[in-house]
Amino acid sequence: MKIKDSLIALIVLGICLIWAFVDGSAAEQGIGSALRLMTPLLLACLAGLYSERAGVFDIGLEGKMLMAAFTAASVAYLTDSAWLGLLAGIGGSLALSLVHGLASITFRGNQLIAGVAINFLASGLTVLVGQNAFGLGGRTPALTGAGRFQPINLPFAETLRDVPVIGPIYSGLISGNTILVYVALLMVPVTWWVLFRTRFGLRLRAVGENPASVDTAGVSVTRLRYAAVAICGILCGIAGAYLATGLSAGFVKEMTAGRGFIALAALIFAKWRPWQALFATFLFGLLEAIANLYPNLDLGFITIPSMFMNALPYILTVIILAGFVGRAIPPRAGGEPYVKER
Amino acid sequence: MDKMPKWADVILTPLISLVLAMAISALVILAIGESPVMAMKTMVEGALGSSYGWGFTLYYATNFIFTGLAVMVAYHASLFNIGGEGQAAMGGLGVALVLLYLPLPHWAIALPVAMIGAAAFGAAWAFIPAYLQAKRGSHIVITTIMFNFIAAAALNYVLVNKLRPVGSMDPASARFPEATHIPALTDLAAGLGMTWGKNTPVNITFLVAIAACALVWLLIWRTKLGYEIRVLGKSEPGAVYAGISPVKITVIAMLISGGLAGLMAINNVMGESERLVLNAVEGAGFIGIAVALMGRNHPFGILLAALLFGFLYQGGGELALWTSIPRELIVVIQALVILFTGALDNMVRMPLERLFLSMRRTKGGAK
Repeated sequence: MKIKDSLIALIVLGICLIWAFVDGSAAEQGIGSALRLMTPLLLACLAGLYSERAGVFDIGLEGKMLMAAFTAASVAYLTDSAWLGLLAGIGGSLALSLVHGLASITFRGNQLIAGVAINFLASGLTVLVGQNAFGLGGRTPALTGAGRFQPINLPFAETLRDVPVIGPIYSGLISGNTILVYVALLMVPVTWWVLFRTRFGLRLRAVGENPASVDTAGVSVTRLRYAAVAICGILCGIAGAYLATGLSAGFVKEMTAGRGFIALAALIFAKWRPWQALFATFLFGLLEAIANLYPNLDLGFITIPSMFMNALPYILTVIILAGFVGRAIPPRAGGEPYVKER
Repeated sequence: MDKMPKWADVILTPLISLVLAMAISALVILAIGESPVMAMKTMVEGALGSSYGWGFTLYYATNFIFTGLAVMVAYHASLFNIGGEGQAAMGGLGVALVLLYLPLPHWAIALPVAMIGAAAFGAAWAFIPAYLQAKRGSHIVITTIMFNFIAAAALNYVLVNKLRPVGSMDPASARFPEATHIPALTDLAAGLGMTWGKNTPVNITFLVAIAACALVWLLIWRTKLGYEIRVLGKSEPGAVYAGISPVKITVIAMLISGGLAGLMAINNVMGESERLVLNAVEGAGFIGIAVALMGRNHPFGILLAALLFGFLYQGGGELALWTSIPRELIVVIQALVILFTGALDNMVRMPLERLFLSMRRTKGGAK
């Protein structure tokens, strides 16, 4: 990794250190909250990474996550099992992935328009079905007990509590999260390994850069792209399930609240790479946590309103896209349907 | 090349897409245990059965005409502007600032001035994504999405911290001066001695929207600029070869697009709420995408599609009022229309093309 590439990581680390120095306990609380807020962003961002690396643009991450959150919360409530909820979440998201695949791979339609349609489909269907099933104006009933993913205390979390520096980091931040947080973090090295160290990953990246060459090598472009879109669906499904059964206790209308687009922003910020995706989503999670903790952040010389913090991920992405701070170049064949015979 | 007659392409494919979208929506209604026939009846009666219903249908249609035209102009330059939502919101800010801070004695003066404000703010909000697309190659779809969110945050800030009258809890601006209120169509009807559309928000902006359709048609198909926009949309190398500057045309097309989206504010902010409220656009910017796709990117088609979506919007409201079907049903219909007319276009088109091809062959054989 070059210095320039680790810039985001350095910025994130800097913010955390300054925060811990200024107000240690608030920082522990805030960074812990950032970790939880990051989780759906990271999963959705990696989901988009698979899809877009294979040349299928996906602005439907938001819709897939929303649908997954709804199906996960509904099934978790009906069966009182967060795990069955997770499966249902993945199923709901995969169904939309199939629509996306059909439109953008099989019928060679416009991938962006398909994404827009998927977002609206999820936003409408979740409320329509939810209102019909539960009659709570689009909500699902609140989840309790086994219907939610519970925090896991890692070994020695209590004994290490009072050790300086390591204690707050290990017991306060790393321990005590739900399993899906660890799954999301684990997905980063897994994604890196799959994309850059396996044959499947090489082909997947090739299909996003130059599908004709993959086709010439006798590998099916269609099958690879469907595989990528399916992985994208699974990860969005976990992200949505985490939102509804981990981060909160049930589904609320429009509960993704633009997270799919922040994940998309993070993907561009990370220049379509997994480790950078971790830092980018953590940065955006941190911004959200700061905006939640300090509605009006007083820096002494200037007061920053929370609206600005909320808009910051989008502003940063536009700046990155503009190419003033390192250029973000998407996969070359992204957005173009592959036509086998001319 | 010529697989289908033009009428089939222009009329048949959108109609089939619409029928497919409606059929799936009907299945959804059946699945949640309601009757699609009853639902349709409620919608037709509520939206078209009275002048009251028509008043709302036309009011919504006015919004969608502007946002649909905005998507269309950009689309002809092969730019996909999903930023109509943010541009329309900014247009609202333009209208509010003009009406609150300029002393305008009469609505006939206020209207053109507010239109300039709305269009200028909408266009300004489209300018940065346009410039970044043209100069730096930043994908316009992503930047316009980002600008929607930035617009929402900015408006939230302005309404809460700047425009909110002292002592008010509501994040909204003060009411616009009485003199700047534009006449509703019901007032015009009353002037002609008719009672039509009492208590409905449809106002003379509807007529402005019709005029805008005609002007956009003239612009795209009867002016040099429109020609340049279409050339750029068809082929960028072709445009460069013909001496057309892609940077210039991209920016101009997006400015017009943003301006049209901004003009929507004349209807909802100046005409209806008569003050600027939070989230005044209510998704009309996104419906513009469905309207433009459905209307085949032609102003006349957009007019019809906007009327259709106005009907769906008002009918959906009635549905939520009288049945247990929430108004989100129209979001589902909107999604399906976008899906079938935009993304699954080939699925509808390919069998049709095959059908026409085989029909032509049998005809040829008979000769």
